[in-house]
Amino acid sequence: MKIGIVCPYSWDVPGGVQFHIRDLAEHLIRLGHEVSVLAPADDETPLPPYVVSAGRAVPVPYNGSVARLNFGFLSAARVRRWLHDGVFDVIHIHEPASPSLGLLSCWAAQGPIVATFHTSNPRSRAMIAAYPILQPALEKISARIAVSEYARRTLVEHLGGDAVVIPNGVDVDFFAKAEPNPDWSGQTLGFIGRIDEPRKGLPVLMAAFPRIVEACPDVRLLVAGRGDEEEAVASLPAELRERVEFLGMVSDEDKARLLRSVDVYVAPNTGGESFGIILVEALSAGAAVLASDLDAFAQVLDQGAAGELFAGGDADALAAGAVALLGDPRRRAELSARGSAHVRRFDWATVGADILAVYETVTDGAAAVATDERVPLRTRLGLTRDTS
Amino acid sequence: MIETLVWTVLALGAIGVYLSWTAGRLDRLHSRMDAARAALDAQLVRRASVVIEVATSGVLDPASSIVLYEAAHAARQAEEEHREVAESELSQALRAVFADADQVDVLKAAPGGEAAAEELAAAVRRVPMARRFHNDAVRAARALRRHRKVRWFRLAGHAPFPLAFEMDDEPPVDLADRP
Repeated sequence: MKIGIVCPYSWDVPGGVQFHIRDLAEHLIRLGHEVSVLAPADDETPLPPYVVSAGRAVPVPYNGSVARLNFGFLSAARVRRWLHDGVFDVIHIHEPASPSLGLLSCWAAQGPIVATFHTSNPRSRAMIAAYPILQPALEKISARIAVSEYARRTLVEHLGGDAVVIPNGVDVDFFAKAEPNPDWSGQTLGFIGRIDEPRKGLPVLMAAFPRIVEACPDVRLLVAGRGDEEEAVASLPAELRERVEFLGMVSDEDKARLLRSVDVYVAPNTGGESFGIILVEALSAGAAVLASDLDAFAQVLDQGAAGELFAGGDADALAAGAVALLGDPRRRAELSARGSAHVRRFDWATVGADILAVYETVTDGAAAVATDERVPLRTRLGLTRDTS
Repeated sequence: MIETLVWTVLALGAIGVYLSWTAGRLDRLHSRMDAARAALDAQLVRRASVVIEVATSGVLDPASSIVLYEAAHAARQAEEEHREVAESELSQALRAVFADADQVDVLKAAPGGEAAAEELAAAVRRVPMARRFHNDAVRAARALRRHRKVRWFRLAGHAPFPLAFEMDDEPPVDLADRP
């Protein structure tokens, strides 16, 4: 099958959607499909052979933060050329509602279009104003995919219609087979994420930390991620600061080893998550997981069966949960075993098969994707007979 | 005088272009709906065929085989207006037969059974998917067709008002569920 994938965000900036698209493309290529990814990228960045650059993304303030987006005639022309040269059986657009490549491709293409909605943003004012512009583009999509039941709910509320739920994929064995690092194990808590992003919840964990140390004097906290380390530990008493170890940005290999080594992985996020890929990775590595009870997290953790949940933002609840888990190796082993079994449904083998099933459903008997040329006026006015 | 005339002509022209664009949009929605309906048909027929294959293979006990064969046969033969009911009954029959995991294991244990179970699982998973895409297309088409501009100017022509396909498509848990 010839598959075109549209990535809305810069290929040179790391991010969840980009990684998802990279893994999906590589998985499909391994299965013998022809895949081309259209993504914004600087002309100098080295790109994998399956990625086509759509030009440089321009940073603009959008929806409360600075987003790097592609728009304008030049990008639209590149989208059209890519569609024209590719002759795809199906195109898969990610985030079709963001004013970037996704929306442009939706405008420019016709034929079997699959779209994945990743975020579950609250409805923005711009979206309401843009509804009449969005609707004609979005109604071309033959199949919508939401990454979680939660993302599907927001999608249905905001745009109407329906979607199938297919979670994001993870290479489970990569994490399951990583070599544990002895330096990182033995009464350790792990945290991975941006340090200076309050939504990732590190401040909640810091507030809970003194109480955890009180009950488990040997405990250490390992933190991997970008951000100001001094500021992160500023709220802790000086004698506790050395128990927090910052690893900075870690490679994929080190991330897997870290998750394999820690006793408990803590995800204290306070909101803004539509999926929670890091939890799936932690489960794959066999870590016992303690996460806040966000909708998306509860779903990944099978409503608490594959990992412990605590009331989001509540440092006391976090501390109690962490202390209980650290002191109970049997419970950790039990969670780890259940998590490892549960996480198989997120493996690329399963997720990739589901996504291919969607492609096959929409391409059954349909023509290839083409650029959307305007129908001649005569046809439209019914002056020529046509069968449809 | 001339000026008013020019403006009127321009305004009428703009309205014409807008209506023509809307008609194009509607046309595209109709063809998307037709494609989705064809895909749904294909998945339903595929499911019924796989069920018949399993039912006539002699792997399952005779009672289950007859129940499955009956339901699948009825679903394949159903007239358009009874189709939703017949297909729902096939879903119910599948759920009843594969209600306990042992039945799935029996099927898998037979020679070639692993492949048959795989195919059946794929079929029961794809029906809800195709139906969701179809009903999503129907909803989009209905939303546009109910709009004033489409009704007043009869942009939909003689195309029948789109109807959703409503059926019970819940797959048997032990068969379709992931490990």
